[in-house]
Amino acid sequence: MKLVRELLFPLIAVLAAFVIGGIVVWIIHDSPWETYKLLIGSAFSWPDGIGYTLFDATPLIFTGLAVAVAFRCGLLNIGAEGQLYVAAFAAAWVGIKFGAPDPDNTAIAQFVHLPAFLLLPLCCLAAIVAGAVWGGIPGLLKAKFGSHEVINTIMLNFIAIALLGYFTQYRYKIPGDAILQTAPISPHASLPTLGRFIPGFPERIPLNLAFVLAVIACVLVYIFLWKTKWGYELRATGANPSAAEYGGVSIRKQIVLAMAISGGLAGMVGINEVLGYRHRYYDGFSANYGFVGIAVALLGRNHPLGVFLAAILFAILLRGGIFVDAFTLHVSKDIVDMLQGIVIILVALRPEAIFGSSLKKFGLMKRAKI
Amino acid sequence: MRQIFTLSLLFSTIRLSTPLVLAAVGGLYSERSGVINIALEGLLLAGAFTAAAVTFYAHSPWVGLTAAILAGAAVAAIHAIACIRFKADQVVTGTGINILFIGLPAVLSGALFLSSGSTPQIPKDNLLPALSRFLPFMPAWRIFTDVSIISLLALVVVLLTRYVLYRTPFGLRLRAVGENPEAADAAGVGVNVMRYTGVILSGALAGIGGAYLSIGQSSLFTRNMAAGRGFIALAALIFGKWRPVQTMLACLLFGFADALTIQMQGVAKLPWNPSEDIPVQFIQMIPYLVTIVVLAGFIGQSRAPKALGIPYQKER
Repeated sequence: MKLVRELLFPLIAVLAAFVIGGIVVWIIHDSPWETYKLLIGSAFSWPDGIGYTLFDATPLIFTGLAVAVAFRCGLLNIGAEGQLYVAAFAAAWVGIKFGAPDPDNTAIAQFVHLPAFLLLPLCCLAAIVAGAVWGGIPGLLKAKFGSHEVINTIMLNFIAIALLGYFTQYRYKIPGDAILQTAPISPHASLPTLGRFIPGFPERIPLNLAFVLAVIACVLVYIFLWKTKWGYELRATGANPSAAEYGGVSIRKQIVLAMAISGGLAGMVGINEVLGYRHRYYDGFSANYGFVGIAVALLGRNHPLGVFLAAILFAILLRGGIFVDAFTLHVSKDIVDMLQGIVIILVALRPEAIFGSSLKKFGLMKRAKI
Repeated sequence: MRQIFTLSLLFSTIRLSTPLVLAAVGGLYSERSGVINIALEGLLLAGAFTAAAVTFYAHSPWVGLTAAILAGAAVAAIHAIACIRFKADQVVTGTGINILFIGLPAVLSGALFLSSGSTPQIPKDNLLPALSRFLPFMPAWRIFTDVSIISLLALVVVLLTRYVLYRTPFGLRLRAVGENPEAADAAGVGVNVMRYTGVILSGALAGIGGAYLSIGQSSLFTRNMAAGRGFIALAALIFGKWRPVQTMLACLLFGFADALTIQMQGVAKLPWNPSEDIPVQFIQMIPYLVTIVVLAGFIGQSRAPKALGIPYQKER
């Protein structure tokens, strides 16, 4: 019954969003049926459809987990966007400065030339730590001064974007490059694509080891939240702060911890983006991953398995959006943003406020315990 | 310095602050009633798109402006129903609306104008006019030619809000349901009615702000043209301690920082290295840093309405 309850409401929300989206498509004189066939069907071809879908899902898994961990502690991390930018830049910085330079890097000097087996983990670590620090700041501000994490994370998003814009433009760009991007990272810092390991899977598809890391992260987050004392205290803080404090949990510590872990997870997007895909920091690369992560976490009921499934669903839509753009007359790929927005609004609604007492009748609602 | 602190800087500050003021004062009505309105960004976008699209067909900025007000109010009503009737998490719903209005205007403009997310150019005569249009006998001073009628409207809205909030029964009730809904309810004030009113008013005002973006400051709607202004308005609201005049001053400060960034580009040099420009990014950052400092309570405590973010459940 628990599983039914956990799956049913997100599913209803997605279906309802599709119905509303379908009405919009119909109003603008396109066929909802054809649009949805393109939107969903495009993801399942081998190898391109599946490869690109999993590649698109990777950052969403990370940001979804990030938002979910914060949510479990009763915090809304709306700053995953800034955290992943800072992390991506940190990964790129280590990749540029600590390894033998890429032939295209004619401008930026190196500190040392580390071998790949040291450089690659160091780059990953840089991303996680940078994200954790950028996420930890609002945590610390909340724990120390009680200032609201939502506003602080939004402000830190803007600060991150401005700061990194400066570093990219004035410090780490190759002079004369018309694009706002850093010099390429060392070839020793690049994460191999899965095409190297899977026979018949072409290497041109950017799906890389970061996806494997994302799956591992899901498992680790599950273990952390439900099998460790720290995770228990974190969830206790989110469920009932005063009771947790009465039970001896330091709420302030939990807030900082949750935000730092959340930031670190968001920062892992940098591993996929910089080390696995572009091999440089590219200004403004994120397609709203941080904000879509909120939808992913909510739809996945803040559970790692749910996050994984929701990220795949949204990646399917992202992938399909490209085909909708190309093969329909009126509908553009922006319909994906629209559907995501509707899904977020719908999953935010309290089921008991919509369906009222009929839920209790079917045993889908826990009765209030006294 | 002379090159930077000019009259243009002043007018540029007014121009850039106008949408912020309208959105922030809109947010004030919502938040004072106890409903967090992080959806200001989406409301601005809804207003901006509607204003541009309707003006394009109707050839009149006034029709466009009215449509933008209605659109803002309608979208805010969605937020209100989700938050009040269905007790949704207010920040999450707001985020949903923000993402929805990155997508929806682009989908609609793609369908209506076969473009990738923007409306066609609107002729200059159909844009929201400057003050000089209404003052035919005035000399061509820049205050009349460079300042939009909407900027004046924003100022009026602020002063009116100050009056309404502190001097009328409506304002007292609005503040009461945001501070202590139980007591307000016991005194016979309809908590949910006040909250619906507050949120819908915020949408209407943000709609005007959006209209100013697309058919006042600019001459078309472009994808995601609010560019974070809704979030800055929210920050200004908090910076201004949820009070109308202080909020306007905060908006002016943010607008000033923005204007300064534009004005300083390629002009201001580093004091220790006159051959290098001061990077604009550092000036862009200032308002955000200031907000964080203010929130942390270093410059006077900014206290939110007590019941902000908490759905009201009537006792049975």
